[in-house]
Amino acid sequence: MLLSFILIPFVTALLLLFIKNDKSANTIAIVSTLGTLVAAIVVAGNGAVDFNAPWIPVLHAQFLLHADGLATILVLLTAISFPAIIIATSQNQPKQKNIFLSLLLFTQCGLMGVFLSGDALLFYFFWELALIPVYFLSSIWGGERRIAVTFKFFIYTFLGSLMMLIGIIYVYMHTSDQSFLITSFAKANLIGGQQVTAFALFFIAFAIKMPIFPLHTWQPDAYEQSPTAVTMVMSAVMVKMGLYGILRWLLPLFPTAFVAHIHVVVILSVIGILYASFIAIRQDDIKRLIAYSSIAHIGLMNAAIFSHLQIGIQGAMIQLFSHGINVLGLWIVADIIEQQTGTRSMQQMGGLAKKQPTLAILLVGFALANIALPLTNAFVGEFLMFNSLFQYNVWVGAAAGVSIILAAIYTLNMVQKVAYGEVSTQINQMQTINKPAQIVLIFLLIIVFVTGVFPQPLFDLTADSLQQIFVK
Amino acid sequence: MNAIIVSAFLGVVMMFASWSIKGENKQKNIALFGLIFLILANLAQMNGWFVAEVETNNMLSFTRFGLYTNTLFYCLTFIYIWINGEEISKIGNHAADFYALFFFILCGASILTSFNNLLMLFIGIEILSIPLYILTGSDKKSLFSNEAAIKYFLMGSFSTGILLLGITFIYGATGSFNLIPPDPSILNEQFMYSAGLILIFAAMNFKVSAAPFHFWTPDVYDGAPTVFTSFMATIAKSAGFIAFINIYLVQYKPFEKTWGIILPLVIVSTLMVGNVTAVFQRSVKRMLTYSSIAQAGFMLFALYGTSSFANEGILLYMVVYSLASIGIFAVLVKMKENSFEAFHGLAKTHPLIAFLTTVFLCSLAGIPITGGFFAKYYMINAVLIAGAGIWLVVVAMIFASISVYYYFKLIQAMYFVPGTPAIGELDKTYTYKLAVIAILILVLGVFPNLLFNYLYF
Repeated sequence: MLLSFILIPFVTALLLLFIKNDKSANTIAIVSTLGTLVAAIVVAGNGAVDFNAPWIPVLHAQFLLHADGLATILVLLTAISFPAIIIATSQNQPKQKNIFLSLLLFTQCGLMGVFLSGDALLFYFFWELALIPVYFLSSIWGGERRIAVTFKFFIYTFLGSLMMLIGIIYVYMHTSDQSFLITSFAKANLIGGQQVTAFALFFIAFAIKMPIFPLHTWQPDAYEQSPTAVTMVMSAVMVKMGLYGILRWLLPLFPTAFVAHIHVVVILSVIGILYASFIAIRQDDIKRLIAYSSIAHIGLMNAAIFSHLQIGIQGAMIQLFSHGINVLGLWIVADIIEQQTGTRSMQQMGGLAKKQPTLAILLVGFALANIALPLTNAFVGEFLMFNSLFQYNVWVGAAAGVSIILAAIYTLNMVQKVAYGEVSTQINQMQTINKPAQIVLIFLLIIVFVTGVFPQPLFDLTADSLQQIFVK
Repeated sequence: MNAIIVSAFLGVVMMFASWSIKGENKQKNIALFGLIFLILANLAQMNGWFVAEVETNNMLSFTRFGLYTNTLFYCLTFIYIWINGEEISKIGNHAADFYALFFFILCGASILTSFNNLLMLFIGIEILSIPLYILTGSDKKSLFSNEAAIKYFLMGSFSTGILLLGITFIYGATGSFNLIPPDPSILNEQFMYSAGLILIFAAMNFKVSAAPFHFWTPDVYDGAPTVFTSFMATIAKSAGFIAFINIYLVQYKPFEKTWGIILPLVIVSTLMVGNVTAVFQRSVKRMLTYSSIAQAGFMLFALYGTSSFANEGILLYMVVYSLASIGIFAVLVKMKENSFEAFHGLAKTHPLIAFLTTVFLCSLAGIPITGGFFAKYYMINAVLIAGAGIWLVVVAMIFASISVYYYFKLIQAMYFVPGTPAIGELDKTYTYKLAVIAILILVLGVFPNLLFNYLYF
């Protein structure tokens, strides 16, 4: 069962290379991703047995796929995001669409592997596999400054992953049975300084990926310059790789080093949250605004995880899913506006509510979720996370809390500029929105409110992972 | 022993073939058959069957590792000639002469994998080097080629002289040419012994183009005809590495306190010179020569090794690096000029070639799913097991991410910049031959253990 998450996207991606017709390529991609979604729902409902096969016997590396609650929730997010993205952007016509979709599915394959692998070397393999297609996607189909920007992103992340590779080998050498399995890693005999070294090597990779201030400089540019479908993948799913890495590898494997560094990381994260929020307020480009808002939210999740309290980590686990859904919704709305008006500047927008009432309502819905208003899904996670930050330290909690106000300022400012006011000439050009994109948005909005009112399934799903972290 | 005898004999055969057999294609086929014969002879020795019993007085010792390395050299040479045969015959008048030189180089390489005596080291290096000088200058009408040859010859002979002086000092100190771990009590002249070690170290660094003895490399590799650069930078260089490792582990390891400081310095400066200079190159060929220096820095990690990781690692690194370099030089040979601009738009006109080049470059950069990843992996593991300190690995990895910059610059030129590539005629079979290399690299990138299966039983 778990192997299907790797195989379905992989095989479809290979198949797509040979399908020249844009329409049928699109259909195949949609069918494949929907198939993955069905599989993900089944696994989320019933659980799945591990898949285990020998891989490189000399090194004792195994092809082990394992799905606990944390992995399942991210697999579910990935499985929801990809069909949503492909359907919502199916009107966009990049040249050589089949290759575009193929690379997108390779990315999905890599992401699924990252979330499912229970073997460190396999994890590293998929970590890179998720990165390389994105490099090509953004460099070929991106905006004007795409090559330089994507290159910066690539080298940044590649450096991070090489450091992680050293870390993996370092821990591997200290395992008693010379194995890459996460269970052996957890038992590795690392004392004092060794644990700090390994912690640092892993942390750099995750910190670059999330990204944590001051390693964030690649992100706004990369988001802005990538084709929208790729930006959606990056901000809805890919940034979660870093947070997932911390929850899955960093925290359980190096507990002492983790505890020793919580203050530094929490403070860096809080600086990042405030910094990104203030910059977001000044943005006029809607894509950049969402990018900075995303940095702020990811920073908050990271701070909550590093507060090292059960409630904060629980909140972060749920927010991993919720943030993905919300930001996806915002991106899709922004993309529809950009595709039809050709502008990203909010100065030139206005009057969306008069011209396109449905789209405006959807935008407001996702905007409210972005501020984490009660009844939306983000409220549940953020409430828990702020709670834990206050328990960790009142002043830190207060500083992070300011970000709620800042989020309200920039998000509502965006809504005001885009939805209200006089109908601008650009917005006036807009025609009816295509039905599939609208359906996707409504579907996402339903998830936002359902999980906002009734979040219990998400709690149940992540309960086992949480227990694992805290029983030790 | 089989390999040394047969390769020398085949060299002579090829020399005669150059006037007795007409037709370049035939000569190439003879060389390929000769290589198969050589591989079989070598495999025969691995299984205990000898062409001739030769008493070497323990000057040569044939280990499983050395013999297996030989096999890999021959296989790589086979692939190299199989792909580059046509290009070789375009240079000079008698292609068979070059094949003869290849066999002599292989003869030298076979000695370098099995020497147990410093004189044999010297002879092996000379047999390997002299044909290389000739290959460098083989394009007689090109001034660059001539300049490169004379430079290589002068500097090469100079370094050989240094090597010889070092050997003499060691002989003076120990009274023996044999490669045996030094015994402190016998060493009556400690200073002479150290001087010998330093001189040999410098000479060997010269042969593998490690900084600060790398200055000849860019000019020589750049000046030599591209087909031969491909051979020099891969197989010939790897043989030098095997020799270096062999002598280092015996003679230098006992003095780990002293050499433990010098070796990391050499590695870091090699990595720095190679990677940082490669970033600024405007010619792909020159970029690749600096990248070969950078890769040498990684291969030097094998000097740390006493573990199986070091042994397996150097073999894997050698094979993967050689395959990728042979592949990329084979593409470069077909380009009309060596600049990055020549590659603009290649992905549009020749998608398969562009994809294969990408695989080669990714392998050189060490990206997973290609063999280059596991090559680097084994090296890191070897160094960490040897306890060399994690800082060295971290520095090496920072340089590895710099290397991504210049390798991917070529990928960018092929895929993202529109233009018409300056590429010559390519037939289908040539592309398929390159595809075979790429497949080998990808297979080794997922199952690296395939390479070692034959090493042990």
